[in-house]
Amino acid sequence: MAVMQMQRFSICALKKDRKAILEELQLLGVVEIDNSVIEDTEMEKMNTAERRQIYEKHASLAEHALSVLQKYVPEKTSMFSSLEGKPLMNKTDFEKIRADRKRLLTTADDLMDLSKRISENAANVAKLENQIESLVPWMNLDIPMNYRGTAETAMILGTMPKPMTVEEIRTEVAKSQPDLEAYDLEVLSADKDLTYLTAVCLKSDAAKLEDALRAAGFARPSQISGKIPSQWKTELEAEIEKLKADSVEAENRIKSYEGSREELKAVSDYYRLRADKYQVLGQIPQTKQTFVISGYIPEVSSSILEEKIARIYDCSVEFEEIGEEEEPPVLLKNNKISRSVEGVLESYGLPHKGEVDPTTVMSVFYIVLFGMMLSDAAYGLLISVACFIALKKFPRMSDSMNKSLHLFGYCGISTFVWGVLFGGYFGDVIDVVARTFFGRTATTSVIPALWFVPLNNPMKLLVFSLGVGVVHLFFGLGLKGYSYLKSKDVAGFICDVVFWYMLLIGLILMLIPSSLFASIAQTQVTFSPFMNTLAKALAIIGALGLLFFAARDKKNIGLRLALGAYELYNITGWLSDVLSYSRLLALGLATGVIASVVNQMGSMFGGGVLGAILFILVFIVGHTLNLGINLLGAYVHTNRLQFVEFFGKFYEGGGKPFEPFKENTKYVEIKED
Amino acid sequence: MSLGVVFALLGAALAVILAGMGSAYGVGVAGQAASGVVAEDPSQFAKVLILQLLPGTQGIYGLLVAFITLSQIGLLGGSIPAIDIPTGLMILAACLPIGIVGLVSGRHQGKTAVAAIGIVAKKPDQFGKAMLFPAMVETYAILALLISILAVTNIPV
Repeated sequence: MAVMQMQRFSICALKKDRKAILEELQLLGVVEIDNSVIEDTEMEKMNTAERRQIYEKHASLAEHALSVLQKYVPEKTSMFSSLEGKPLMNKTDFEKIRADRKRLLTTADDLMDLSKRISENAANVAKLENQIESLVPWMNLDIPMNYRGTAETAMILGTMPKPMTVEEIRTEVAKSQPDLEAYDLEVLSADKDLTYLTAVCLKSDAAKLEDALRAAGFARPSQISGKIPSQWKTELEAEIEKLKADSVEAENRIKSYEGSREELKAVSDYYRLRADKYQVLGQIPQTKQTFVISGYIPEVSSSILEEKIARIYDCSVEFEEIGEEEEPPVLLKNNKISRSVEGVLESYGLPHKGEVDPTTVMSVFYIVLFGMMLSDAAYGLLISVACFIALKKFPRMSDSMNKSLHLFGYCGISTFVWGVLFGGYFGDVIDVVARTFFGRTATTSVIPALWFVPLNNPMKLLVFSLGVGVVHLFFGLGLKGYSYLKSKDVAGFICDVVFWYMLLIGLILMLIPSSLFASIAQTQVTFSPFMNTLAKALAIIGALGLLFFAARDKKNIGLRLALGAYELYNITGWLSDVLSYSRLLALGLATGVIASVVNQMGSMFGGGVLGAILFILVFIVGHTLNLGINLLGAYVHTNRLQFVEFFGKFYEGGGKPFEPFKENTKYVEIKED
Repeated sequence: MSLGVVFALLGAALAVILAGMGSAYGVGVAGQAASGVVAEDPSQFAKVLILQLLPGTQGIYGLLVAFITLSQIGLLGGSIPAIDIPTGLMILAACLPIGIVGLVSGRHQGKTAVAAIGIVAKKPDQFGKAMLFPAMVETYAILALLISILAVTNIPV
């Protein structure tokens, strides 16, 4: 339970070692570079933006090439591929990739070109198909569409805006040109919108005829080719075939690159690393001969820096304490069990400077509360077995996944324990099976609850849940006290923590012997008169203390009392926080009762073989559903109790996570020899 | 047959109907928002699915109370039990908290879940905080559930 102590390091070295030192730092991955404190106008920074952009472009080129490969030759991945983590790669193999990078970039370029070719072909095919589509109505024409006529005659070709027969068109023409008769009309085809026709007439009449037709809505086609439509269509179809064949060939060539997939991944990572390096390079202040790097390093790692940099290169490595106004990045260090909740803490916010790391206390309560909410021995066993098998089988999964699976594994164990205490094994499946299939008639449970069955005595569990809540919140207040003591603020410790403890403990001790508590807990507790006096004394001292000292930094006595009274009013906040823990009871009951509903439904088909088969079906579907929904509920509400109730007492968060300069790869992990 | 069992059954029915309606609405609107996010960024599927499911619990709480009620009045035993009218009305009243609060909180939790899905769409790394807002609404459904359960289990039949 600790935030790692950070130090500021500075390396001042010769420029000729710059590349080697940066690479060494990237390899070590223990420092976060931060040059913001170096203020020296003499020094210049190198402009690396251009180089960096080139490398980033290369990295994304390789990535796009990979997505092309993925599209045409999908990589077979198992359901659990997200658990597998990045594959390891030898340093020597990675060197080979480095040497081969030019060829691999050509491969990537080629893949991109091929993919572009395929999409262009597809676009052209679509265009040609449209052309064919527009040719279909002209299929009956056995002369080229742009045929103008013979020496004496003219041909007009076009469409009328509705389905018409030859006679109807002739009538229309006669309306505007009554004396025009020497012409020949042929309807080639007609659909519900248009009539496709040709007209032949004397050259001298051509203009008149076209005007007459236009008056009736005639239009020449937009596309006219010099070929006979059927022949044109065949040519277009041949063109399409050619394009399609070309696409198939391109696709085959893409497929032939399948073997380069791993290399492309590695080369993408190679350029990613170089881009990172150049980004750091761009931040480093340098003179003609020397350069300076500064940043944060965990105190425990400083010896590594001494050993790997200071002893090897001609340079000066210095360490100093973090400055007053600096906010160093946060790295947590916890024992094996507690570190599993670090991910949950991170999602709320890491401790800011000077704040205590609540991970250890949080981890204990997280696991206990989660177990209480799910509280079914069989579910718990299933979860933890699944988690630990996954952890065993995929040892190289990402760190955050590893932490989450550990957390759920521990929560599963806790769920198992609570399940045994409350007698829940897939709800009441053992009793239901014994009754339905084995004719057991006894009303007692086959495996009785070790403690008690919540549904038979919900009040008892309610009181217990609220008790757990009080303990949880008291730990929160305790952590607040711990941080006061750590910063040697004894007045704060007494006024903001001890007075609250006194007030709350006093009130609780006054509540326990009361009739209200007796009716809830169903037992009357009587304290000795001394205890009753003590309770009252504690409550009064605590309340007065808060009233007078909560706002101890205010000089104005009226304001001070008013703020003190406001602090005292927070007792309602405590009440609602404690009541919030009643969700432990509600969610615990929900799991058990829905499980019983499932079992009851399954047993409705009666005994016998058919009954057993149907029972198993209902059992599997129902319990999967119940487990899923209650797992979600337990997760969400455990987080809520931690974040809102527990953290509300002492924790702010808002620290910046430690992000070391390291080999930040996406696809492969490079193994050092 | 006494009318009491009808009232008791009405209570169980209302618990399921009202709370189920609230959840159906909540999960429905959250699902629409979630579909929009997945259309843009399919990798957020798991996160938005969790957020979509959050308003679904009210329906389950309703089912829970209804089931406890049915088993309490002995209806699941296969015969119609004899319950006098005051007891039946008491059971009806005991079922109302989860029914009514389930309906209202389900709707509001759904709307909050939609907003939380908006957070995930813009800042996927803030999922932990986004999840908290709908969970705040759920508190009141849990409180109502608690009273319904305590009341139903403590009414002597």
